[in-house]
Amino acid sequence: MSHQLTLEDVTVSYNRIPAVHHISAAFQCGSCIALLGPNGAGKTTLLKAIAGLLPIETGRIEFCGHELDGPAGRTIAYVPQREAVDWDFPVTVRGLVEMGRYPSLGKWKKFSAKDAAAVAEALEICDLADLADRQISALSGGQQQRAFLARAWAQQAHIYLLDEPFTGLDRNAAEAFAAAMRRLRDAGKLVIASHHDLKSVEALFDHILLINGEVVACGPTAEAFTKENLDRAYTVHVFSGHHHDHA
Amino acid sequence: MNWILEPFQYEFMQRALLACVLIGFTNGFLGAFVVIRRLALMADALSHSLLPGLAVSAILVGLSPAGLLLGGLLAAIFVALGGHIISRSSRVKEETAIAALYIIAFAIGIALIKYAGVKVSLDHFLFGNILGVGDSDLWTSYAITCVALILLVAFQRPLLLAIFEASVARSQGVPVGGLLGMLILLIVLAMVSSLQAVGVLLSLGLLILPAATIYLLSDSFDTMLWGGGALGTFGAVVGLLFSFWANIPSGPAIVLILGAIFLLAYFFSPRYGIFSRYFKRRHLHEESLERWKK
Repeated sequence: MSHQLTLEDVTVSYNRIPAVHHISAAFQCGSCIALLGPNGAGKTTLLKAIAGLLPIETGRIEFCGHELDGPAGRTIAYVPQREAVDWDFPVTVRGLVEMGRYPSLGKWKKFSAKDAAAVAEALEICDLADLADRQISALSGGQQQRAFLARAWAQQAHIYLLDEPFTGLDRNAAEAFAAAMRRLRDAGKLVIASHHDLKSVEALFDHILLINGEVVACGPTAEAFTKENLDRAYTVHVFSGHHHDHA
Repeated sequence: MNWILEPFQYEFMQRALLACVLIGFTNGFLGAFVVIRRLALMADALSHSLLPGLAVSAILVGLSPAGLLLGGLLAAIFVALGGHIISRSSRVKEETAIAALYIIAFAIGIALIKYAGVKVSLDHFLFGNILGVGDSDLWTSYAITCVALILLVAFQRPLLLAIFEASVARSQGVPVGGLLGMLILLIVLAMVSSLQAVGVLLSLGLLILPAATIYLLSDSFDTMLWGGGALGTFGAVVGLLFSFWANIPSGPAIVLILGAIFLLAYFFSPRYGIFSRYFKRRHLHEESLERWKK
């Protein structure tokens, strides 16, 4: 019953057409995992399925020996792509991070000292303490992305599902975001991020899951992130009917 | 002070004042959610779709307030739900589907009003008449205010989350669809409550003008909520007095007052006003020069 997230034979379909199928993999807490694959490989679909946003057709998803079924509330923090947000929403960085506390507050409970401490810690970890009272519209792209990570941290989840967090970040912003991500990993959390920039994978992630509708490779970056595997993932036709023998 | 208090010697003005406080606050408060969720045009569509419901209930049960309330409510829910179903089951998007349905409903309403058994003037539904507010109207407004405030305060956090980022809210187990449905239902209820005062066509003004004004003045959502309620009350009461003095209908008077405040905020808001931004902002060159000097 170790601290791990297990996917067992997971298939997710849209209108009975599978987007990802028969995915099996296991991830240990305290690691950063890159979810790689060509466009349309099913990266976002898989993240949403783990977050409980899409029903899975076959298989099961387990965390620490418990099956995750539907939205997992506080266990999992899901951070969607940045474009999906209305940046003129009247909220400060602190207000945004406080949203991470909503699930544990319920309807009437007031913010306690514990909640405030969690928010302050999240701002600190993501290097946003100085910007806490700014409107979110006044943040740069990298700061925005860190603000969402801070909200996830304030939620005190164990699993962090990030959808293309590095898209549109310049080198400095990417480094700052990667530093925040490593702090999560060192605190024993599991970070899974979909990622498309193959050049930066080795610097940012310690494990990879390479998919193209199905699992192509999974394991420590040093072993699994090979040219052979990448060629297989990026050239194979999706749903050709030929399954790879990924035992 | 006499000129303010004098109108309220009359009982019909006292009732009208109470009605203005209730509907002004409810609509202004609810408006904050409408503005940040960008539901203004949807709300407009819903307000128009009230008309056939009112006409049908006037034909069936006459002008009883409960019947009108129910009729309007059912018609608006029919349009909102129908729009949702059409957008889900075809390639037509939701705003198009709702626009199509509400304009059909509006046409049906105008056609049906001719057949209303009691003599109903179209003006009454379209523009309202706050001086005709009866006891049952007041009780209805009071009940709607209570329901709306309790629900919105209770569900404020999950509702905000659902509006801001639906997928994140869903991943936290928030029932997003149910909450947004509740919001639409409350919008319809608030509009029904303001019908008597401002009518079908102008009810949108009470709903969105206060919140839109505060949105130009403040960055805090809580201020938008409570400030919107306060401004809505203020605008409705001042509008009522304005209509008394100027001898114009209450609906346009209220909307004109709220509209004037909105335009003032648009031009002169300290942070987001057109004039203040134009005059306060220094030339970029001066700013960068200053940074160099540091």
